[in-house]
Amino acid sequence: MSKVEAILSQLKEVAANPKKAMDDYKAETGKGAVGIMPIYAPEEMVHATGYLPMGIWGAQGKQISKARTYLPAFACSIMQQVMELQCEGAYDELAAVLFSVPCDTLKCLSQKWKGANADKVIVFTHPQNRGLEAANKFLVTEYELVKAQLEAYLGVKITNAALENSIAIYNENRAVMREFVKVAADYPQVISAVDRHAVFKARQFMLKEKHTALVKELIAEVKAMPVQPWDGKKVVVTGIMLEPNQVLEIFDEFKLAIVDDDLAQESRQIRVDVLDGEEGPLYRMAKAWQQMYGCSVATDTKKGRGKMLINKVAQTEADAVIVAMMKFCDPEEWDYPVYYREFEEKGIKNLMIEVDQEVTSFEQVKTRLQSFVEML
Amino acid sequence: MSLTQGMAAKKLLGYYQNKADQDARDAKARGELVCWSASVAPSEFCVTMGIAMIYPETHAAGIGARKGAIDMLDVATRKGYNIDCCSYGRVNMGYMECLKEAAITGRKPEVLVNSPAADVPLPDLVITCNNICNTLLKWYENLAAELDIPCIVIDVPFNHTMPIPEYAKAYIADQFRNAISQLEVICGRPFDWKKFKEVKDQTQRSVYHWNRIADMAKYKPSPLNGFDLFNYMALIVACRSLDYAEITFKAFADELEANLKAGVYAFKGAEKTRFQWEGIAVWPHLGHTFKTTKNLGAIMTGTAYPDLWNLEYDANDESLHSMAEAYTKIYINTCLSNKVDVLLKIMEKGQIDGTIYHLNRSCKLMSFLNVETAEIIKGVNGKPYVSFDGDQTDPNVFSPAQYETRVQALVEMMEANLAAE
Repeated sequence: MSKVEAILSQLKEVAANPKKAMDDYKAETGKGAVGIMPIYAPEEMVHATGYLPMGIWGAQGKQISKARTYLPAFACSIMQQVMELQCEGAYDELAAVLFSVPCDTLKCLSQKWKGANADKVIVFTHPQNRGLEAANKFLVTEYELVKAQLEAYLGVKITNAALENSIAIYNENRAVMREFVKVAADYPQVISAVDRHAVFKARQFMLKEKHTALVKELIAEVKAMPVQPWDGKKVVVTGIMLEPNQVLEIFDEFKLAIVDDDLAQESRQIRVDVLDGEEGPLYRMAKAWQQMYGCSVATDTKKGRGKMLINKVAQTEADAVIVAMMKFCDPEEWDYPVYYREFEEKGIKNLMIEVDQEVTSFEQVKTRLQSFVEML
Repeated sequence: MSLTQGMAAKKLLGYYQNKADQDARDAKARGELVCWSASVAPSEFCVTMGIAMIYPETHAAGIGARKGAIDMLDVATRKGYNIDCCSYGRVNMGYMECLKEAAITGRKPEVLVNSPAADVPLPDLVITCNNICNTLLKWYENLAAELDIPCIVIDVPFNHTMPIPEYAKAYIADQFRNAISQLEVICGRPFDWKKFKEVKDQTQRSVYHWNRIADMAKYKPSPLNGFDLFNYMALIVACRSLDYAEITFKAFADELEANLKAGVYAFKGAEKTRFQWEGIAVWPHLGHTFKTTKNLGAIMTGTAYPDLWNLEYDANDESLHSMAEAYTKIYINTCLSNKVDVLLKIMEKGQIDGTIYHLNRSCKLMSFLNVETAEIIKGVNGKPYVSFDGDQTDPNVFSPAQYETRVQALVEMMEANLAAE
């Protein structure tokens, strides 16, 4: 097994077995884990407590049964899965859960946690009038309350020194992941769509410093190889998430290299850093939300997402954009008509496929991607 | 003598609804600004600036009630709007696209010519507020982008903890001041703070009389048919900062008080049970949803939905914190325990025997906590409930038969409980 294969295999193992990653972490450190609900949370604060932040992004192929009692069928696919897992007790070992509420579904879900740790759900609200200094001030207070609750539930004091250290670790991880995106685009023969996703997914279940070290090593190994011409097509993907592996395997089968992404689960998590500055860490973390862009749950009256995607296509010389539409996710569905029009005006080829975490058969996606590739 | 003197409330309602739309058409014709606004966005700033206001949610509800929604929904679908998006939003985006096409080509598309929609002009700016959902942020982003016009945002953060904290009020009040600055730039003239005070006072008078109407449902038997609140809602949405709403609501409240004194009740002698309606009305089937309950002697005497516009605040508060609190305390913008408290109080006041929950395909925020809300409330007051599937403007989602069956079941439970008392 080559070094590249060994690192990818290690990351895939973590991505596929979050429970084991959490148990190993507990055994190793004696500390537990804190759940991080999508899409954005001040994860650095959790990291500063020594607890392992664990991403909560649903599951694949799990049939919804218990969650039906609490959610109608038109709730988004990812939250159906999260609710099902709550009912099954899958998150009961989490010492706390960080819960942001940037969409109507998340507002409701934040009020109805079914796990044993329902009294440890820490809810906070992102301000949406993000251009204003008043929004930063508001978010600092929300973060102060998050911090106080984390300290109370975990019995750990979060010092500014620990928080600054965590911010630096997260900034480095984000920078390394941004480099990884470029490397994956340059080496699609080495980093498949499945591999690429695993590298992103693993960072939800690992300490970021460990993830950074592995990805840095991976990048160095890959970059030592010569860049080969790519005889397939290149695409930019956008949406909440693009799973499961069976769908990504179709991308690989049809030689559709993912040269950049705007997925909430992937590149949106690494888009903006917490900047250096004279202000305190909570204020700078709040500012990072102000600087976020191109996301359906971060209000943007200039509607820059389409332009951002068009720029990504130009920068990566991509052949098309593939929209991975999370079923019943209305913030994403509201963005679609505007950027779709912009794509059409610019002559950018695009295809929308539906992401439904409950689905286990992918023949329809395969047929659609196949005919799309033939058209490119 | 004024044109409306002595007019009955029902006539005033129709008169002022049409007048509000006519005001906007006239303003447009004079080259003045027209603003499209979210239904519970603060109206005070634009009205102070003399900007004519149109409310797309009310407009869409009207299209739905006049059986014109399908055509507009089809236009939106062709533009890429998924059927999962709120039907108010889709109807409005469909209507906007028709107006835009007419403005560009100089010719009204056929679908618009044949539409029963009230004729309203395109906006020059939009104002939105997420106190009733974050969908209103997405919808107004799209309006602003597609029409290339300014969008004023009043963000009222979800109140996960009650009571409303001071730092949230401070953030909202800062946005009010920012909105005023934006309007000064858009209008090219300074904000008139004296007029602003008058507009706030006017708004409070409208809200006062609106609450007088809703208050009449506490009497048993009730002089108020709760479904009338749905009809009169158009003015608390669209004209609360004008005297149109005050005049109409005062007339209606006075009529109801006179009826109460005279022993004239909404259902005459046929009121048997009293229920709470939770959720938005089913506009395309408003008559059916009402008649089904009426035929069974069940009267609606409480609903939190029209109560969204119970926007009481201190008009003298120059910090604007009181106004900020009024606009953020909307029950669906608060945690589950507060939502439950609000509904329990409504049930107690309205002497209510049970609840109908509208599981609204268009409104996630008013649907995804229904199960928990219903169970907690039943645990507290023991009152039965039923739920039905519907939609505020998409007529295809509602099944009359399912609704009838559910309502019959509720009425049976309510009657059995009353018989046992």
